[in-house]
Amino acid sequence: MDALISQLQRQFRDYTISLYQQDFLDDQFTELKKLQDDGSPDFVAEVLSLFFEDCVKLISNMARALDQTTGAVDFNTVGASVHQLKGSSSSVGAKRVKALCVSFKDFCEAQNFQGCVRCLQQVDIEYKTLKTKLQDLFNLEKQIIQAGGIVPQVDIN
Amino acid sequence: MSKVETKMSKQTKPTETKKKLNVLIVDDDAINRTLHARIINQIGGVSKTAGNGEEAVILHRDGNASFDLILMDKEMPERDGASATKKLREMKVTSMIIGVTTLADNEEERAAFMEAGLNHCLAKPLSKENLLPLINHLLDA
Repeated sequence: MDALISQLQRQFRDYTISLYQQDFLDDQFTELKKLQDDGSPDFVAEVLSLFFEDCVKLISNMARALDQTTGAVDFNTVGASVHQLKGSSSSVGAKRVKALCVSFKDFCEAQNFQGCVRCLQQVDIEYKTLKTKLQDLFNLEKQIIQAGGIVPQVDIN
Repeated sequence: MSKVETKMSKQTKPTETKKKLNVLIVDDDAINRTLHARIINQIGGVSKTAGNGEEAVILHRDGNASFDLILMDKEMPERDGASATKKLREMKVTSMIIGVTTLADNEEERAAFMEAGLNHCLAKPLSKENLLPLINHLLDA
């Protein structure tokens, strides 16, 4: 059992580090984890759940606003949604999503339709990728706990 | 390092505010409201939230609201942070009000927000590390 726990802890450590090295996450995610404790053991999961709900809603808003079949493209609505998504991705440490929002905002301001459509597709892929990766991370945590181990603190620096 | 942070680093850093605070968190973003409420909880305070500046003003309208601290986001629909702060000061609200800006806000925008009646401004994302020393410094003042 000890060998299993050690192996899982090693996997968890390596996977966490890879998420930061590949820019899926930044320091703000570390700050988020600091806000979780025994009194609020599901805090990170709750905040991430809010973030992913935001992603679904805002991407849907942007897609509607970029739909040329319904009339002129509403770059103001797209811009407002991008601004909100940039804010929430920044709050949870979703580094790649936040970086995409910066480019997306520039395309909105330039009223560049093709650029906006490309960014929308990329943002959709990125948030879904992040969601899958974080789910894998939380599953590793669960396996460690179920095996009787402690989830290690990972020093990113 | 700011003067506040320099002073604090010379002493053992506290983990809670000098007195238990009753805080109003005003932000249109649910994630920020959740994060900031958690930070306030971790530094020993209790909090209530409002989704925009207009809700914050309505909370104070009957004169019974009593918050030690208001964390006021700058950009919000219905009524933004500057307008809400100005209105609350006109209503003789004496709570400490800390404006919450973004890194994208320039000096002029921050100065205009301060002019509305803030005690201080902090850029998002807030953390225990940047909020706690500021609150204790304001409590000392």
